[in-house]
Amino acid sequence: MASALINVPPSARRGEIIQIKTLISHVMETGYRRTSLGVVIPRDILRLFVCSYNGEEVFRAEIHPAIAANPYFAFNTIATESGTLVFTWTGDNGFSATESVAIRVE
Amino acid sequence: MRLAGFFVFALALAAIAGEIPPSERHSGYELMRPETRAIQDDDAANPAMLWVMEGKGLWNERPNPGAHACADCHGDAGVSMKGVAARYPAFDVAAGRPLDLEQRINLCRTIRQRASAFAFESRQLLAITAYVARQSRGLRIEIGADARREPFLAAGREQFQRRRGQLNLACNQCHDDNWGKHLAGSLIPQAHPTGYPLYRLEWQGLGSLQRRLRACISGVRSEPYDYGAPELVNLELFLMWRARGMALESPAVRP
Repeated sequence: MASALINVPPSARRGEIIQIKTLISHVMETGYRRTSLGVVIPRDILRLFVCSYNGEEVFRAEIHPAIAANPYFAFNTIATESGTLVFTWTGDNGFSATESVAIRVE
Repeated sequence: MRLAGFFVFALALAAIAGEIPPSERHSGYELMRPETRAIQDDDAANPAMLWVMEGKGLWNERPNPGAHACADCHGDAGVSMKGVAARYPAFDVAAGRPLDLEQRINLCRTIRQRASAFAFESRQLLAITAYVARQSRGLRIEIGADARREPFLAAGREQFQRRRGQLNLACNQCHDDNWGKHLAGSLIPQAHPTGYPLYRLEWQGLGSLQRRLRACISGVRSEPYDYGAPELVNLELFLMWRARGMALESPAVRP
């Protein structure tokens, strides 16, 4: 089950640098671990995280097995205009989650 | 006879002497690196909040059609559950012994909601417990006087002081007598359960106090008690009593 926590300031001044923080539930199973019987636990990780702001990509991260479970990303962008931030995580086994958050710019 | 009495008294004194005075108690939080503290300090960065969010969903969700949701009886958890986690484990009349918060939630689920109990350490049980415990963050642990609970508290203390396992160690030998020192690479905390259920970076997930106790017990090469065993609940009760007056941090983050 995908669930994400996203922290975006609800409003900002035009031109202000804002910080965005995201957390998502994910096991991030590396594919390198084995069970007590020696069977490899198949890899199940997120591969990509993208944030777009009114359709324009403002942040992208490629994700690899060394990233811990429940990945946390914090990044900055410039508040240009009111609109929507769309966050997308994609990964192994067809994983895909999308969340959107509105921002008001004055 | 008189000599035996003296020895018992001397042993009791020795046991008391090893305990940490209230003014010298520290939460494990204070022993953590600044980077790890920063994760706990910011709800937007604390991964345990993912469980809290799921727990809020469970609070408002009916387990079966026609059944009550937690919210149908208890209303706003921010009001009704405030301070609850700071009082558990609490004595349950029907069970005739103390129950911890997870067991109390499951009792409510099976008796009031007529639903199946969540498994110990399941994502749902941790989520709803974290949501309930979150409502007591910042409040002081309050294990008040309750005569019915006394024998269980005494049993918990006995558990804490009993040597066990192939390493022949008792809890208090590390957590009362040697806290602040290192056991291999890890700092030994005072073992105050101020933040459960909590997110351990080592676990890469949320876990209960019982999980922590079981890990410590098997760490001294002893057979851990099953989840929900009265011995574990007694130990939880003793630890919460030992931490009485300290502020609850749930859901905390630990290394």
